[in-house]
Amino acid sequence: MANDTTAAVLHADRLEVAKARHPLAEAAGMFFRNHAAVAGLVTLTIIVVASLVGPFLYTVDPYEMVWAPFSEPGAEGFLFGTDYLGRDLFAGVVNGGRVTLAVGLSAALLSVFIGVSIGALSGYYRGWVEEVLMRITEFFQVLPTLLFSMVLVALFGASLAMVTFAIGIVSWTAVARVTRSEFLRLREMEYVTSSRSSGARDLGLMLIVILPNALPPIVVQAALMVGSAILFEAGLSFLGLSDPNVVSWGQIIGSNRPYILDAGWTVAIPGFFIFITVLAISLVGDGLNDALNPKLRER
Amino acid sequence: MSILALLVRRGGNGLALLLAVLILNFTLIHIAPGDVADTIAGDMGGADAEVMAQIRRDYGLDLPFHEQLFAYVARLARGDLGYSFFFNQPVTELLLERLPATLLLVLSAQVLAIMLGTVLGVIAARRPNGLLSHGVTIFALLGFSAPVFWTGIMLIILFCSIFPIFPVAGMVDVTVEGGWFVKTLDVLYHLFLPMVTLSSIFLALYSRLARASMLDVLGTDYVRTAQAKGLSEFQVVYKHALRNALGPVVTLAGLQFSGIVSGAVLVETVFSWPGLGTLAFQAITARDAPMVLGILFFSSLVVIVANLVTDLVYSLIDPRIRIGHRG
Repeated sequence: MANDTTAAVLHADRLEVAKARHPLAEAAGMFFRNHAAVAGLVTLTIIVVASLVGPFLYTVDPYEMVWAPFSEPGAEGFLFGTDYLGRDLFAGVVNGGRVTLAVGLSAALLSVFIGVSIGALSGYYRGWVEEVLMRITEFFQVLPTLLFSMVLVALFGASLAMVTFAIGIVSWTAVARVTRSEFLRLREMEYVTSSRSSGARDLGLMLIVILPNALPPIVVQAALMVGSAILFEAGLSFLGLSDPNVVSWGQIIGSNRPYILDAGWTVAIPGFFIFITVLAISLVGDGLNDALNPKLRER
Repeated sequence: MSILALLVRRGGNGLALLLAVLILNFTLIHIAPGDVADTIAGDMGGADAEVMAQIRRDYGLDLPFHEQLFAYVARLARGDLGYSFFFNQPVTELLLERLPATLLLVLSAQVLAIMLGTVLGVIAARRPNGLLSHGVTIFALLGFSAPVFWTGIMLIILFCSIFPIFPVAGMVDVTVEGGWFVKTLDVLYHLFLPMVTLSSIFLALYSRLARASMLDVLGTDYVRTAQAKGLSEFQVVYKHALRNALGPVVTLAGLQFSGIVSGAVLVETVFSWPGLGTLAFQAITARDAPMVLGILFFSSLVVIVANLVTDLVYSLIDPRIRIGHRG
């Protein structure tokens, strides 16, 4: 995707003189003129690549005791020191990123899928379908999100799949509302009516005709959702509600929590990586918002 | 529609939602593997089938699911949320005992976030491309991106370990002697770090929203009219524009309540604040089903009431919004 957009920008620059540019090219141009968004994208790319490649380059086992517990960062060549069990914290951070990113991404995908489905159906069909689906949405809005996820994970076991599900199932309401309002607006458009009169079915109208035009705000929401899902996973892990056998940034924080006053770095360092990752995602999300939301362009 | 009619309709809706929340939670606890008898037997170091059956009879766990549910709802209607076997205390009593601490933390954090956020947002909106405006935007992103428990831990490391100024945990220092004034000061002293931590997430949201909303309002015709007739900038911004810019902030404040409960759980756990959040955490870890059900029910109730209050406040601030059309 990064390649596509880069190509689009180069393309766009060459055609600067031409009056009408492709809207996507224009959006990409907007995005890449936004320094903060580009910085976020670069940071995020580095983090993702490092999390994928890192474990192959730095091969210390994050689960093995390698040195005295609570060795300070830098001691004996351990860049981030060791934790309460004498495990290499650097190895933990290198290996934990993958899990944190994967859980964040899959939970966000799940909630976007649920949210778009519910929003699209209620905005498209209106009437009793909308009534029922909006009641369900309202129901999930009054559930205390973190508490409910905690209960799910505590009751049904702290596997990665359960954690992902528990995050996704409580996070979709905002996407549903955005999608619904876009569908409510777009279904009255002339091109939708004309597609309908030329025989398009409901599903085709929703997926092929309306959805692509409803995408910009959904994409922005989805991007921000990845960030909040990562924070959510970190919160659950901090409370000890994550798979104890899989190392993730949040899990490192959770297991070292009792020792913050003696060994602050064991919590500070993995937390810092969560912070930087979410910050990068927020910057990209903001950039996308400015680039894709034409109403805000004048600002 | 009058305010009263709104209250009745939204209240009825809220009751239906609450009942749905209750049924869902009850069902979840019922279908989850393991029950109270297992937990108690585990605490006792094992029990034979005879004792297990006795415990199940005592807690009514041998009845069919729908009878258990009806019995629970019937007791709830009388304000009885059951008995917590982990804390050895009635659930309702415990909830009310822990409520003040959480209210103090949550409300003070909210007030701090709304006031400071609005002020920052308005200042930023007056010079949309100025240094301060960018500062607010960056600050907002930082607060929004940091895991709230991590912010809390960093503050603890900074202000309790490196510069030992503030207490690490709890709400009161039992060794402090003195009258109510000294005791109040002691609570405020313990409140400071948790309050700042919890408000950091919301401060970001409010300052961003106040900035955007203020920018919208400052571009409208009536503001230009006010400027044209020679009012001072202070009057235009704080008397004319601010009132209309506040609407979205109030709405957000109300909608944040679900998030506030979540934030409170994490912040209370970090600072061992003796509120509902730590109670919830302990209850969930101990799998104390009546307590967990009680807390989930209570938190949903809080969110529903908060939404209702938001609607009312909104219609007071902006008389054009009169009920009915939401969403």
